[in-house]
Order: sequence, then C-alpha cells, then structure tokens
Amino acid sequence: MATKGPLHDPVVDPMIDPRTGEYAVIAPGHNFKSVTTLIADIVLTENTPLGWFFGLMVGGGVAMGVVVGITWLFLKGVGIWGVTMPGAWGFAIINFVWWIGIGHAGTLISAILLLFKQTWRNSINRFAEAMTIFAVVCAGTFPLIHVGRPWLAYWLMPYPNTMNVWPQFRSPLAWDVFAVSTYATISIVFWYIGMIPDFGTMRDRAVLPFAKYAYGILSLGWRGSTRHWIRYETASLLLAGLSTPLVLSVHTVISFDFAVASLAGWHTTIFPPYFVAGAVYSGFAMVLTLAIPLRKIYHLEDVVTLRHLDNMAKVMLATGSIVGYGYAMEVFMSWFSASHWEFFMMWNRMFGPMGWGYWMLILTNIAIPLTTLWSRKLRVNVTFLFILSLIVNTGMWFERFVIVVTSLYRDYLPSSWGTYRATKWDYMIYIGTMGLFTVLFFCFVRFLPMIPMSELRMMLPQTKVKRGGSDAETVVEETA
Amino acid sequence: MPPREGIYCLMAEFNTPTELVQATEAAYRAGYRRMECYTPYPVEEAAEALNFHSTRVPLLTLLGGLMGFTTSFLMETWINVWAYPLNIAGRPLWSWPAFIIPAYEWTILFAGLSAAFGMIALNGLPQTYHPVFNAPNFRNGATTDKFFLCLEAVDPKFSLTESRSFLEQFPAVSVVEVDH
Repeated sequence: MATKGPLHDPVVDPMIDPRTGEYAVIAPGHNFKSVTTLIADIVLTENTPLGWFFGLMVGGGVAMGVVVGITWLFLKGVGIWGVTMPGAWGFAIINFVWWIGIGHAGTLISAILLLFKQTWRNSINRFAEAMTIFAVVCAGTFPLIHVGRPWLAYWLMPYPNTMNVWPQFRSPLAWDVFAVSTYATISIVFWYIGMIPDFGTMRDRAVLPFAKYAYGILSLGWRGSTRHWIRYETASLLLAGLSTPLVLSVHTVISFDFAVASLAGWHTTIFPPYFVAGAVYSGFAMVLTLAIPLRKIYHLEDVVTLRHLDNMAKVMLATGSIVGYGYAMEVFMSWFSASHWEFFMMWNRMFGPMGWGYWMLILTNIAIPLTTLWSRKLRVNVTFLFILSLIVNTGMWFERFVIVVTSLYRDYLPSSWGTYRATKWDYMIYIGTMGLFTVLFFCFVRFLPMIPMSELRMMLPQTKVKRGGSDAETVVEETA
Repeated sequence: MPPREGIYCLMAEFNTPTELVQATEAAYRAGYRRMECYTPYPVEEAAEALNFHSTRVPLLTLLGGLMGFTTSFLMETWINVWAYPLNIAGRPLWSWPAFIIPAYEWTILFAGLSAAFGMIALNGLPQTYHPVFNAPNFRNGATTDKFFLCLEAVDPKFSLTESRSFLEQFPAVSVVEVDH
C-alpha cells in the first residue's frame, strides 16, 4: 500500500523517502539499538508517568460499573435489564457483537497482513493483538451474564456429568461457544509467542532483579539461536495461516446466531461477509483510537508513522464500502424478495419508532467516513482520524443496535409487538466494560513491550545480509 | 551427554549480519558442524550457512489439526446420536453439516496449539540455564544488536588454539571462551 503524491515537499519532510515520494514506515537514522531502547525503555523506566496513574484510576473507576452492575444482576436477575418479550436480546448481545468485532482488526493485522507480507504492520501488530484479547474479554462477559443462570454457564461446554446432559450441536449458540473460545485461546497463544523474543530482550536489559526474574521466566530462556528462530518463524507463519480462517469464521458464526433464525431482517445470506467486513471496519477504527494517543504520549512517531495511519484509513475505506454495500443490499432485497414481512421490516427500520437509530447508523458509518476518507489530506490528518475513529465505532454500535432491536420488537404477530428501552444497568455494564478495557490496556502498555522489537529490527535497512556491492541498492527498496 | 564442565564453546561477536554469515559459511566449509548462531532477529542466511533447513513444526501442526477435527466430529456424533439424542424440529440425529462448524474451530484450535507448543518443545524451551549466558558480552548484545557465532567444544574439529585463530581471521569484535 503506497502513499504517493506531492503533498509534502520531500526535501523539507524527512519522513518522506526522496526516491519513492512515500512516507517512510520507520523514520530514517534508526539502528538496532535505538529501536530497542525506544520500546524497551517505556517499560523498564523507573519513572512511571503520572498520566498513567491518572488514566488507570479513571479506567478503574469506570470499570467499577461492571462490578456493581454484575453484582446487582446476579442478585436480582436479568429483569433489571431492558430485555422483554419480544425484544429478548438487548444490550448484552449488541455489546457482545460490538466488542468481538473490534477484536477482529488485531487478528487481521497480525495474521492476514503477515501472510500478504505487509511489513508496515510490524509496528502496530502487538498492541492491535492486545486490543483483540482485551476486546474478547469484554465481549465474553456478556453472553456469560446473559444466560440467566450464569453460575451454570459451564453447561455450555461438553463435559461428562451425572445428569447425562450434553450440548445440542445443531444450535448456533453452541457453535458460538466453540468459535469464541477458540478465538480467545489462539489469540492469546499467538500474542504470547510473538512476545517471547522481546521478553528475552527485556530480561537482558532489565536492571531490577524482580524484572529480570519475571521477564526471564516469561522468555522461557529465549537466546536467539538461529535454529530456534527458524522454527519460531515457521510456527508464526502457521499460526498466521490458521488465524486467518479463524478470524473470518468467528464473526461468521456470530452472524449465524441471527441468520439461522427465521426472523425478517436476520434471515439473510449476506450476514456472514457483511458482519466480517463490519468487524474489521470497527476494529481498525479502534486501532486508530488507540494508536493516535499512544504514538503521541510515548513519542513513537518514528515507528508508527503517518504511513501506518494512512494505510489503516485505507483499510477502513475498503471495509466501510463493503459494509455500505451490505446496507444497500439489505434494502434492495427487502424490496426484491417481494416478501411482505421483509418489506415491512425495512420500512419500520427506517421510519418506525426507532428509525433515528437507522439514520444515525447511516450518518456515522457511511455518510461521514465514506465521503471524507477518499481525501489523502484527511487520511494523514491525525486529529481528524482520531475523531473519525470514534464516530465509526459509534456507528458500528448503532449497526448492532439496529440489527438486534428493530428486527425483534416488530415480529410477525402485531399483538406481540413491544418496544425496547435500555435501563441504567444496561448502560452501567456497557460503559463499565470500556473501563475494564482501559485498565487492561494501561497495564499492557506499562508492563509489556507494546511494539515488537524483534520485528522492528527486521524493517531496518541494515537487516539484509549483503552479497557483494550491487545489493546495497536493493536493500533500501525492500524495506520501503 | 556432553561433558557438563570445562569449556562449552568459543564465541565470536560481530556487528553486522553479513559478517556473521560470512564467518559461519567459512566455518562450515572448514568442517565445523556443532555450531550455532545467535541473532537479535531471524537471519535466514545464517540458517542456510548452518545447513539447517527443515523443521518438524509443520508436521506437528498438520497432525494437531487432523486430531482436532476428528476429536470434535466424533464427539459431536456420539453426543447427538447416541449419548443424548434430541429431536430438533424433525431434523436427522446425525446432522453432519451442522457438526462441521465446531469441528472446523477445533481443527484450528488443535493445530494452532500444536504449532505453538510444538515449536517451544522442539526448541527445548523452557530452559532455565544455558552456558551461552556465561559469556560476558552475550546478554548485552544477543537480544539487542549483536550477532554471535558459537563453535561448540563437542565438535570433533574443535581445538582451543586453532579454532580461536580461525575465528580471529574475521572482523569479530571479540572472541571469548565460554564455560559450562
């Protein structure tokens, strides 16, 4: 993905490669040691920034919403939520789908872009993967507390028991258990495997005995042996190859929760690809929401450059367009199907009592991003991208709201029509999970290397083994 | 088992991967086989110089994936056909297309875990002690910015004096003896 064009004068802007006119993926003048200290010192410093404590405090305070909300939920039951008949799926399912979608960008960056040899991904993949794991933690909370009797949630797993009761594998809800638990496990394993060489670096650079000990244990005794590296690279590539079908299947299976039901607005074959594209769309928005403040606060502009932001904005443009196609196709099919129920569902979605939700979704997911992201000036405007990323995440939340609520509360029998109104407990738990995510992310930034150092070293021009003099030219080209 | 006392290897430190690969290729040509490179990131040319190509990680991954699929599919069949048959809207008990989805997920789960833990096991990790860390300059460089070639003492061609003079003909920063 190239960023070409005479936006900046190459002579003035050192971040632009004078030969190609593109933004550099890594600022010039770095060597193995400087990129290592740039990342490792963020963690190994003895002076924790005051802002970190402040952020952790705010995040922890907001996360109390989850603790209080779930405690009250367990005491009283799901009746404290706004779920009723026929709207039996409320915030819990909306938030579950929203959070797990956010996680998808991390796997896309770490797996699919690795297979496509998009080396620019090296500097953003670690915190994107962390984002995936923390988003899955937040997502996983919701189905567990939504089952009604959460202390029996382990019945979802197939295990031998004295009741002789087993799961029913024709149900998409049983598929969900397998998809989400596999996704969480593989994401954590991939993330940890990626960190092993960096833990070795941290162990060797740490000064405090406890840090040496802790990173030493985590590094498993990694010593950078070439034979180890070859097996390690093979395993990473295989994990990337396995994560790619996995990430596509997870949101597909989640869309089956809807698509397998025979409800107008849910029962459609476009759901799997449209859910996956939406997931990647919101996920990249979340990566931008995190990357933009991180690069500013920790002075990482040298390794998370405008090229990365531009490329991510392009991925958002592509996936956003697929999502827009999905919306258009839903409207078209509701007319083309010649089904009275489908037609009414779409009319009600647009102009019914909750029509404002649909237009919010069109405004924030389609109208604003898909008109502005075509402009390169805006794609490299950091403030604009940050605001846009928040807008898109709001839009994706509204998408899930529209899908879950507006299909359910007007079902086939007008006598059973109802409405949906979220309660304060719904909002408290939802906002609380954002606090939980913040706390986890702040801990990650403080204690783990947030950018893979070993992979950054591979992006430097001095990485290549030179064979004679003529190769010196190609060296620069391959890292661009 | 190699002797656990005395000298483990002679270790040469280099500043660039090119120097390391040239030295390794020369050592291989000179007949050294029990040797190892240590680098801060994967250097494929070093593996070629060591004549180390294939690994068994892909095979383990394949076996893991097959095991995951079989386990899951047989488990679902047994549960829904024999152990706990349920009539769901008159569908057949052996609804194999529906069983594919959990089987697909477990294929990936088992294959991924086999790839990750297989790699760790084949690498002999976790390892709490290794003699290379006894080299005074190893921890400062091997995981940051230096490149090491280690000629191990168990190699039949190894000789403290000759191997040292062999390594010193290259632009090494230092050549040190590493004890067990």
